[in-house]
Amino acid sequence: MKTNDFSSSSSSSPSDRRIGALLRHLTAGTDADRVSSVFASPTSGGAGGSVFAHLVQAPEDAILGVTIAYNKDPSPIKLNLGVGAYRTEEGKPLVLNVVRKAEQQLINDRSRIKEYLPIVGLVEFNKLSAKLILGADSPAIRENRVTTVECLSGTGSLRVGGEFLARHYHQVDMLSLLFFFFQKTIYIPQPTWGNHPKIFTLAGLSVKTYRYYDPSTRGLNFQGLLEDLSAAPQGSIVLLHACAHNPTGVDPTLEQWEQIRKLMRSKGLMPFFDSAYQGFASGSLDTDAKPIRMFVADGGELLVAQSYAKNMGLYGERVGALSIVCKAADVAGRVESQLKLVIRPMYSNPPIHGASIVAVILRDRNLFNEWTLELKAMADRIISMRKQLFEALRARGTPGDWTHIIKQIGMFTFTGLNPAQVSYMTKEYHIYMTSDGRISMAGLSSKTVPHLADAIHAVVTKAL
Amino acid sequence: VIMAMRIRNSASRGTMMSRQISGLRSMSSWWKNVEPAPKDPILGVTEAFLADPSPDKVNVGVGAYRDDNGKPVVLECVREAERRIAGTSFMEYLPMGGSVKMVDETLKLAYGDNSEFIKDKRIAAVQSLSGTGACRLFADFQKRFRPDSQIYIPVPTWSNHHNIWRDAQVTQKTYHYYHPETKGLDFSGLMDDVKNAPEGSFFLLHACAHNPTGVDPTEEQWREISQLFKAKNHFAFFDMAYQGFASGDPARDAKSIRIFLEDGHHIGISQSYAKNMGLYGQRVGCLSVLCEDEKQAVTVKSQLQQLARPMYSNPPLHGAQIVSTILGDPALKGLWLKEVKVMADRIIGMRTALRESLEKLGSPLSWEHVTKQIGMFCYSGMTPEQVDRLTSEYHIYMTRNGRISMAGVTTGNVGYLANAIHEVTKSS
Repeated sequence: MKTNDFSSSSSSSPSDRRIGALLRHLTAGTDADRVSSVFASPTSGGAGGSVFAHLVQAPEDAILGVTIAYNKDPSPIKLNLGVGAYRTEEGKPLVLNVVRKAEQQLINDRSRIKEYLPIVGLVEFNKLSAKLILGADSPAIRENRVTTVECLSGTGSLRVGGEFLARHYHQVDMLSLLFFFFQKTIYIPQPTWGNHPKIFTLAGLSVKTYRYYDPSTRGLNFQGLLEDLSAAPQGSIVLLHACAHNPTGVDPTLEQWEQIRKLMRSKGLMPFFDSAYQGFASGSLDTDAKPIRMFVADGGELLVAQSYAKNMGLYGERVGALSIVCKAADVAGRVESQLKLVIRPMYSNPPIHGASIVAVILRDRNLFNEWTLELKAMADRIISMRKQLFEALRARGTPGDWTHIIKQIGMFTFTGLNPAQVSYMTKEYHIYMTSDGRISMAGLSSKTVPHLADAIHAVVTKAL
Repeated sequence: VIMAMRIRNSASRGTMMSRQISGLRSMSSWWKNVEPAPKDPILGVTEAFLADPSPDKVNVGVGAYRDDNGKPVVLECVREAERRIAGTSFMEYLPMGGSVKMVDETLKLAYGDNSEFIKDKRIAAVQSLSGTGACRLFADFQKRFRPDSQIYIPVPTWSNHHNIWRDAQVTQKTYHYYHPETKGLDFSGLMDDVKNAPEGSFFLLHACAHNPTGVDPTEEQWREISQLFKAKNHFAFFDMAYQGFASGDPARDAKSIRIFLEDGHHIGISQSYAKNMGLYGQRVGCLSVLCEDEKQAVTVKSQLQQLARPMYSNPPLHGAQIVSTILGDPALKGLWLKEVKVMADRIIGMRTALRESLEKLGSPLSWEHVTKQIGMFCYSGMTPEQVDRLTSEYHIYMTRNGRISMAGVTTGNVGYLANAIHEVTKSS
């Protein structure tokens, strides 16, 4: 076969040789005469445009976008009540003393190495985390029926749990085998943290909602909740906020939790707890874990996603854990092996630093006790801000019932303000919050409460 | 179907009503159908090694660097960076795209300090969970925006590559890479596969120090591959997990990428600091995609963030702080480059020592490939059965594909290793 002679070594340049080699590859086995019609411009840059030219820009994340907007605002009186990160009275971020101590301990330990953790993460951290949420005396732990894997904070724990459910969660009765092909469904409360639906959708679950918040009472729509869970198909998964519901701050009472538990167990609904505020809500770790422990006590199965972002102030280190409570130890073992298959192709193994800090604190009696005190101090400050805001609105005679501010619990208050009102508060008062009217109490201080109260008063009396 | 579901629901409600009052379904676990998963082929090796009580045991399984005493290493530059960070960080959330400072320094390593693409802001880049996380984000991104595309993966490759693109639900194809007869590159097989792939296909390329074979194309071969990619309009995604670690020179190890950039390709890159900065457990890396212009880079980055948010919200801080601290300080960066070269040189030295030991033992086989291959791994050419004998008779642990992690070889164990390899291969 005759080809253009690009391949003679002495007279041709490297570029010619490459083009020759290319032509040989492209034309191998074809009519030699057609070779001459192949052009190889020495300056040929990218053929068409980018393979991703059709993309449109994604909208800003609603919650994180609030901080971005806040940062851009030059006003000296601006107030950021968006992201749920704790702030001190001085409006500063807080690193707990126990965390600083743990950091020092880690730094001073030269024998520490930073190799890969196992896929399931730091084993000691996992055991301590399970004890923290389920209780040190939990029968499920004693009976080795719990598998715990370290994950990237609450988000990561929810995602890994969701992916596991999408792959392995099967209805067990005969009729449901017919519906094997259908996506498993998770029911999430209305409203909920904005990232929940995205997490579970990408995990491969179908997402539905159940009634939760009652705007007219600014409290729990308990009747609606029971009705919706009753109507859910047997075997559906139900996402429950363990305490300090985000964004409303509205939690069921213990009596209501007991009714929810009974209903869910009788309908065969799988509980998936999101525990992002243990200790942060009431100030007591055990109190805030009670709903979860009630479900464990009946011997049934559940999933729980734990985060140390807020209660240990480890936000950016991404520390969390997913625990799955199973009926039997051998089941827990198999479940763990399947969780590893979800994790390995996602990020191989979790980050070591944050989990190491947590382990240092939880394993040491003194550090643990010190932590509980610091935790209570944060929770108390937030409760105090609630009281102050409530009093400030009462003092101004602001129309409406604002008792929900002191009835709701945790970092957030669902003010009941509408998007138009929120927008007005941002524009006129430089107060930043998510458009659903959720304010982060942690972002308030005694100094800024009056400013917020003025803004709320103005916006409510303005009839927007 | 809906009718059937209604019937099913009411039937089960009826049955449930007649059960106990305590509310607990008296039935077996929801998870009884869950099968035990197979052990990860790579990480399972270390588990087995740790469980072995033999004093002679050798771990040449997982790819984590060891010094000549067989001990893991924390680089001095890392220790210094950690000293500076401890007590000063507020541990606040990073943005979804991670630490901007860390990403900027990381792009310089891959694209060049004076890269026009960095100047023109044409690179969409986010901090990722090491190399795995970068590959996974890219695979998810590919699935979302090019749902009909496939990914061409070399044979062999790091086993987790298959898991990553499978979980992202991207169809996988393979291309020839390793030539078992020469224990080198099957270049013509590779070029044929590149040529025969449909126009505009996505290819996974190992930028340097191919895992598991240690076989890399020459610079000349890279140029030819790049030209063919141009003609076929293929997308090149580089997994660069060993920059600096392969030759000891980061710029040299990025040559394949620089060639593709010169030739005008709009590539994607996964970068990892696990090995070259010894930051394994910190999970620090970076995913970048070179775009047409700044506007598109902003767009692509925003979409990458949309994939990260429902996976982990924002990436971990500590490892990123270590990288920024080191690369942002000329003295620390200089120290790092020295330490990387030490690691690379030790491995190159062990390759020579292993090959010479085998030749001295009078092995009938050729062990030239041990020194020709590059990076952390040596594809020995041993069969799974031979590897099993190494483990059961000599307590030597490696993956069954015959991959030896050279980082696990020391002056103390190279003789024992050579002898064992000789014993199990001499009759083949």
